[in-house]
Amino acid sequence: METLLEVNNLVTEFRTADGNVQAVRDVSFSVAKGETLCIVGESGCGKSITSLSVIGLLPSNGSITSGEVKYEGKPIHNLPFEQMRKMRGTKISMIFQEPMTALNPVLTVGYQLREPLILHHKISKSAANKQGIELLKQVGIPYPEKRINQYPHELSGGMRQRVMIAIALACSPGLLIADEPTTALDVTIQAQILDLINELKEKLNMGVMMITHDMGVVAEVADRVMVMYAGKKVEEGTVSEIFENPKHPYTIGLLNSVPNVDDPDFELEPIPGSMPSLTEQISGCRFNPRCKFATDICREIAPPEFSTKEGHIVSCWLHEKVEEEVKHGHLTAQI
Amino acid sequence: MIALIVRRAIQLVFLLLGISFLVFSSMFIAPGDPATMVGGPTATESDLVAIRDNLGLNDPFLVQYGRYLGNAVQGDFGYSYQSKQSVSEAIAVRFPNTLKLAIASMIVAIIIGIIAGLISALKHNSWLDVTSTTVALAGISIPNFWLGAILILVFSVNLQWLPVAGLSDPFYTWEGIKQLILPAITLGTGSAAMIARMTRSSILEVVKADYVRTARAKGVKEKNVIWIHTLKNAMIPVITVIGLNFGALLGGTIITEKVFAINGVGRLMIDAIAMRDFPMVQASVLLVATLFVVVNLIVDIVYTMIDPRINYS
Repeated sequence: METLLEVNNLVTEFRTADGNVQAVRDVSFSVAKGETLCIVGESGCGKSITSLSVIGLLPSNGSITSGEVKYEGKPIHNLPFEQMRKMRGTKISMIFQEPMTALNPVLTVGYQLREPLILHHKISKSAANKQGIELLKQVGIPYPEKRINQYPHELSGGMRQRVMIAIALACSPGLLIADEPTTALDVTIQAQILDLINELKEKLNMGVMMITHDMGVVAEVADRVMVMYAGKKVEEGTVSEIFENPKHPYTIGLLNSVPNVDDPDFELEPIPGSMPSLTEQISGCRFNPRCKFATDICREIAPPEFSTKEGHIVSCWLHEKVEEEVKHGHLTAQI
Repeated sequence: MIALIVRRAIQLVFLLLGISFLVFSSMFIAPGDPATMVGGPTATESDLVAIRDNLGLNDPFLVQYGRYLGNAVQGDFGYSYQSKQSVSEAIAVRFPNTLKLAIASMIVAIIIGIIAGLISALKHNSWLDVTSTTVALAGISIPNFWLGAILILVFSVNLQWLPVAGLSDPFYTWEGIKQLILPAITLGTGSAAMIARMTRSSILEVVKADYVRTARAKGVKEKNVIWIHTLKNAMIPVITVIGLNFGALLGGTIITEKVFAINGVGRLMIDAIAMRDFPMVQASVLLVATLFVVVNLIVDIVYTMIDPRINYS
């Protein structure tokens, strides 16, 4: 598959009162056309910052300090502001977690939908309106002619997220970044939105970068999965590899902390401790204070990325041992 | 919108009833005898009795109040105890001056306040921001009688650019505008400062909103991110402050009218209170209250125009 987005050794830092802190530490990944990459991790692991780094919308105190982001082979992390602005909406689009607040409450759905069309395609308002109605139809909004003149507060959460998707896809971007697009929605609506994203991805041959902390969402939509912990990538692989053959203790921990309603004997197993703060200095592997397998080497030297199989990357000194344990049933990854 | 106006108009009637009752009773309770005001220092005891009878001051409170209301509904607010002039006429002469002053001050306050707030927010933490917030703080702290006096000293006495006092020329003439400048600045400075601070904090709050990030993610030009996506939302709390300030500003006209010797309702009211001129006090308070309610109605209508989520029906 043709590579669409390539992120190499990305480091994103924030200036804070306590000095510079690294929110993303040397992360590399890629997204191909027509592929969905899910970035998974707990809150604060750097997954959202990774996506904001890609689209160039970091908060004013944040910046990419090293590494590169390439779109269709061309570096975009160092583009001048105006050029990057023109890429947003046309090449890379983004939808956000909270459909309730992500749409402007004082502008009509139509205005917000027409805006990127008029701006990037330089078409008239009436042409943009027609196209807007088509887009609303495409994302499954009933009575689009009526909805287009309404304000966001007149729509339900699911409808608003559909509108957000319509806006994001207005100019047919190559890459869609979806930052927890279903977290704020009801479970039934969640499935609909995920199906919609999947369907549109296939239709438009888009690359999708889906940020989530929900393993259920991952199982539903991902082609490949990247697990992040405390700003680092800890494991990456195809969705079946990650679910069936996880190698990093953190990934296993994540899988074990998902409830399983099919198995009556299943017991939730939380990962002990909590995510370190960005400023916390941890020598060796950043997961070692919470890892039950941690040995001396884990505490001293940060593990490199081991490529175990085609496309399966794990950043753990003990991945072979962990794999053995999983195989022998001492450690179960259940979902 | 029409339903809102009608409903407010009905509310206004009840509100005015309440206010008139409060003002009437407070004047009734207040020490001092209106008859001595009317009769003057030379009036004998029998004159005073006659005056009291004549004005109905011996009647029970409710009878007096009822009579007053009955007349007021017909537009007759009685005669001034002091000048013997019709209250309605006295107010009709002075009200345009107060209105002119209040509106001019509000225009000054809105223009200066919003521009200063906008610059402050867009150049957040720069020297422009620091200067603007410092000046705004000074604007809130400076009492307007002092500011008025200083402005007169500088621009009227020393530089002789603007007139010292008065507001007699029509506002659409050059002389009329010149007469309005200093009083409007004096009265509007405090409100300008409040509006500037509110505009600044509101914009700083709104630029962090998710929908502003959405606009940027769509590739919207920075200019439009500010003018279209930020400002309209940021103006909602600013409108509230403008409405509230208009009330404070009406109170402030009393001092400004004194400083600039403007023949307005504020001065009329203060003089009437000092002289126990009950009919005059009642009518002026009712007028100011009505104005305040009308301004709030306008604010509410502006809300519905800016924010589609607000619906009063």
